[in-house]
Amino acid sequence: MSETVLSIENLTLDLPKGADRAHAVHDLSFTLARGEVLCVVGESGSGKSMTANALMGLLPPAVKVSGGRAVFGGRDVLSLPEPERRALRGARIAMIFQEPMTALNPLLRIGEQIAEVFEAHNLHSPAERRARALALIEEVGLPDPQKIIRAYPFQLSGGQRQRAMIAMALALEPEILIADEPTTALDVTTQAQILDLIADIRQRHGMAVMFITHDFGVVAEIADRVIVMRYGEAVEAGPAREVLAEPRHDYTRRLLEAIPSNAVPRPERVTAAPALELRNLRKTYRTGGGWGRAAREVTAIDGISLSIAKGEVLGLVGESGSGKSTLGRAVVRLVDPDSGQILVGGEDMAALSPEALRRARRKVQMVFQDPYASLNPRSRILRSISDGPVAQGVPKQKAEARARELLEVVGLGADAADRYPHEFSGGQRQRIGIARALAMDPDLIIADEAVSALDVSIQAQVLDLLRDLRKRLGLSLLFITHDLRVAAQLCDRIAVMQKGRLVEIGPVDEVFLNPQDPYTRSLLAAVPGAEWADGGAARAEAV
Amino acid sequence: MSDFWIRFSRNKGALLGIAMLAAVILVALVAPLMFPKGPWQMVQRPFLTPFATEGLPLGTDTLGRNVAAGLAYGARVSLLVGLVSTLVALAIGVPLGAVAGYYGGWVDEAAMRFTEFFQTIPNFALAIVLVAIMEPTLTSITLAIAIVSWPPVARLVRAEVLSLKKREFVDAAQLAGLSNRRILLAQILPNAMSPIIVMASLMVATAILLESSLAFLGLGDPNIMSWGYMIGAARTVIRSAWWLSFFPGLAIVITVLALNLIGEGLNDAMNPHLNRKGRA
Amino acid sequence: MAIASTVLGRLLKAAITLLAIVVLNFLLIHAAPGDPAAVMAGEAGAADEKFIAQLRERFGLDQPLHVQLWNYVSNILQLDLGYSYRQGAPVLDLILERLPATLLLTLTAFGISLLFGVAMGVAASARVGKLGDSAITGVALLFYATPLYWAALMAVLVFSVWLGWLPGFGYETVGADYTGLARVLDILKHLILPAATLGLFFMAVYTRMTRASMLEVAQMDFVKTARAKGLPDKVIRRRHILRNALLPVVTLAGLQAGQLVGGAVLTETVFAWPGIGRLMFESLEARDYNTLLGVFLISAAMVILFNIVTDLVYRLIDPRIGATR
Repeated sequence: MSETVLSIENLTLDLPKGADRAHAVHDLSFTLARGEVLCVVGESGSGKSMTANALMGLLPPAVKVSGGRAVFGGRDVLSLPEPERRALRGARIAMIFQEPMTALNPLLRIGEQIAEVFEAHNLHSPAERRARALALIEEVGLPDPQKIIRAYPFQLSGGQRQRAMIAMALALEPEILIADEPTTALDVTTQAQILDLIADIRQRHGMAVMFITHDFGVVAEIADRVIVMRYGEAVEAGPAREVLAEPRHDYTRRLLEAIPSNAVPRPERVTAAPALELRNLRKTYRTGGGWGRAAREVTAIDGISLSIAKGEVLGLVGESGSGKSTLGRAVVRLVDPDSGQILVGGEDMAALSPEALRRARRKVQMVFQDPYASLNPRSRILRSISDGPVAQGVPKQKAEARARELLEVVGLGADAADRYPHEFSGGQRQRIGIARALAMDPDLIIADEAVSALDVSIQAQVLDLLRDLRKRLGLSLLFITHDLRVAAQLCDRIAVMQKGRLVEIGPVDEVFLNPQDPYTRSLLAAVPGAEWADGGAARAEAV
Repeated sequence: MSDFWIRFSRNKGALLGIAMLAAVILVALVAPLMFPKGPWQMVQRPFLTPFATEGLPLGTDTLGRNVAAGLAYGARVSLLVGLVSTLVALAIGVPLGAVAGYYGGWVDEAAMRFTEFFQTIPNFALAIVLVAIMEPTLTSITLAIAIVSWPPVARLVRAEVLSLKKREFVDAAQLAGLSNRRILLAQILPNAMSPIIVMASLMVATAILLESSLAFLGLGDPNIMSWGYMIGAARTVIRSAWWLSFFPGLAIVITVLALNLIGEGLNDAMNPHLNRKGRA
Repeated sequence: MAIASTVLGRLLKAAITLLAIVVLNFLLIHAAPGDPAAVMAGEAGAADEKFIAQLRERFGLDQPLHVQLWNYVSNILQLDLGYSYRQGAPVLDLILERLPATLLLTLTAFGISLLFGVAMGVAASARVGKLGDSAITGVALLFYATPLYWAALMAVLVFSVWLGWLPGFGYETVGADYTGLARVLDILKHLILPAATLGLFFMAVYTRMTRASMLEVAQMDFVKTARAKGLPDKVIRRRHILRNALLPVVTLAGLQAGQLVGGAVLTETVFAWPGIGRLMFESLEARDYNTLLGVFLISAAMVILFNIVTDLVYRLIDPRIGATR
């Protein structure tokens, strides 16, 4: 391969006393070659971002470099004095971040923020800086550069902001680009575009890219080489193809197994009476208006009809803003639909008075997305689970006994009942959320992005639990997700939503293998690492 | 809760505040024992300088009254008015803000217009007008202070409720079929308690300042000795008898400072992630 | 365009608020113990039966309440705030005569407190956790707990009585008859102590707010972006942190305007500053409620005007407000 631009030797980062472990990163070594994409993969807390921050000199003050070197351009950047490190930042090593929504200064124009890179390194005249900013905006494929250069960040979409970030990173033709989960916050189609852009830039400018991610799909898409990290240590490193095909370390293997593959399981064809039937449901949001200004209208649910059979799992897939979450919330009447029917066991939930609705609440329950916000921090678990049945008239003792039983069912043990939410991890909290939904003995459970906030390995465990419960209890489930691969793992049928409309619905294998609607096709094509995952399907069958 | 006390007791400023406030409370409690004759009685010649006469450590005022006795009795009024007016302000602000934030729509609109109106009026000027027209009594003073200090409470509670309402555990409570009243009282408000407590402790301090300012302008209850009144009465003789204004003012500073220190300590201890020391 | 319609909307709201205050004043007069006419005239005026009778007629006190309210409101809409028996002049004339002094005092105090408050807050945040930070926050905490009027008295005692550096009384030297620049300097000399002591409390408020806001903004993602560009710390602090940190400070400054006007009553009382605050104190002593309510109304109007200005300033710094996406 070509020359090495960066060589990390025995890097160790100390965490402050009282943290759950002593080192953020321990004895890490790797090299980065000119023109290559190195993916640093790991779950949250693996130390992958800390490594990047250490290189940039952007570590939080509590974290200290306690050993090792990072040799770049013949010098150890970790021991350089601050002014010299500053001269490197942005000029020879650039970085882009995960959250494009917050990574730009809300009060400065995009053009100013790009031109600032030149200013930071005392290059060019103001006019020249502006001209170069314009050229960069053009290069990263932002539409209408003359307008963008004068725009403020809030006027741009998430994908556009990430492009603007990349323009800044490119400004001084750095030798290394560090990308810290740059596509995690983006929709799948936008993610595909940004990955293309990064690959394209790497090619044109020949820079080395250190790409940090938790997603093996992204690795398969973009990586030349991979380092897998866990608890601050590298457990495996090698060419991407080898690591993906023949993982040597146990942890890597488990991570790869946890990834929902494109091996579409045979769906169960369920034909029982419907647990839920939606007829021509509509919901439009109006914002602004008044004082003679026109209101802005967004149609979140645009005449949707579908049904879920008893014992069936329906996956509802779409990108952000597609209306899928609104639909879920409308079914349980957390959002009031404008028109249409929501038939649960023959009763129209949409037509119920508030009082009648309160009694009918039992029938449809929900598992929420955010494990940290879905439990009342001041209530014991027992109370969170038994509150609902008690409100429905179940005697308190019986409800509490049932709550302990359900905690066993979801794999936590009955003694979890007496503890508070903050004592549990994200995955455990999702289990509690599932127990809470089951406690109401519902006809239908809606899981709204219920595994999206979890690390891959935890995600796999929760999906296993849902699959198991479904088998044992014959649950009917509406599973809302943005992640097609996750949907494929669990669902019998898939419904695809776009801009409030249902563009396609059908058995999971048909939707995946023979998508009818162009939007479904573009969604499937955008999933990172799709080809590799197809290979994985063959692999899975061989096992 | 034990975490809370550990964090709170680690804050030196807050402990100092507790000690200072405890001293003021103690003085207020034992005032009748220390000065059984009350603060109004002439005990000596007027204008005795402090630290000069036995038994009159802080001297006498323009009418020969014991300044130390005035200070001790003044503490009672300050603390009482501060505490009661804050409680009244909470009693107005918390329900109004909670209902506005939870129910939204026109209820919110109406409640917030009402709150905004009271917030726009210069609050000290309003307090002056209210007390002047109602005649200055302990009740009218307390009430006037409450009336001018509830709007920030309502706004804070509304904001807290609005943000808590969006949390998924409130959705879950709705799906459990709990009534709105119960969700608001049992699920949302308990989670809004810590900022309310912090604000209340700072409000007591502000109320004490307001009360003393009113008394300074001559709008104190004429039957009750207060620090502000003492300073107001001594204002014209500042050139000849500085101590008559100095000591009551110092008492106010100490009390208000103590409450502010405690409020900050509470804030740091209850919101550890928003530590005001920051991480630079 | 957008700004014009905003200003229009705000002015409309301001008018409604002022009208509500007028109604509140009316209710207060009627809530007061005793004959409303006697209340309006003030206790001293009670001796003059002719004046009371005149008031009765003017407000139609024998007529139903809503007619009285209408009379009261329409009088005020015609800028007739009534007559001060004690001072022997129309209330509006009294206020207008004193308003410039108050504006000079409050605006100076506001400027001083904002300038020093923000500067100290920035300085403290740059030294967070160190001695300089502790010193600044300590001083701010102390000022925050000091009653305005007491600070004023102590300032008079130290700088005027003991040291004799500055005048502790009045608006200008009585009988000196300075003109031109000499007069301006004379007034400035008289202004220093009142403005400084009035600004002290608010300076403490702005210091604390700026410091907290700076520290909060410093944690934000875009600051990390700025550091990743290789910008020097000084530029990051000024251009990225301070600009964003000032937004809540501006909001607070707008809200504090009311307190500043209220505080002027105390400061003007101590320094015998001939503004509307002093007028309010005098009307209190004389139980001249007509004047009292007039001053109350005008100070509320000042605060509302100030709020509109802050709102516009906020729009200038924050592009997100008022823009349509």
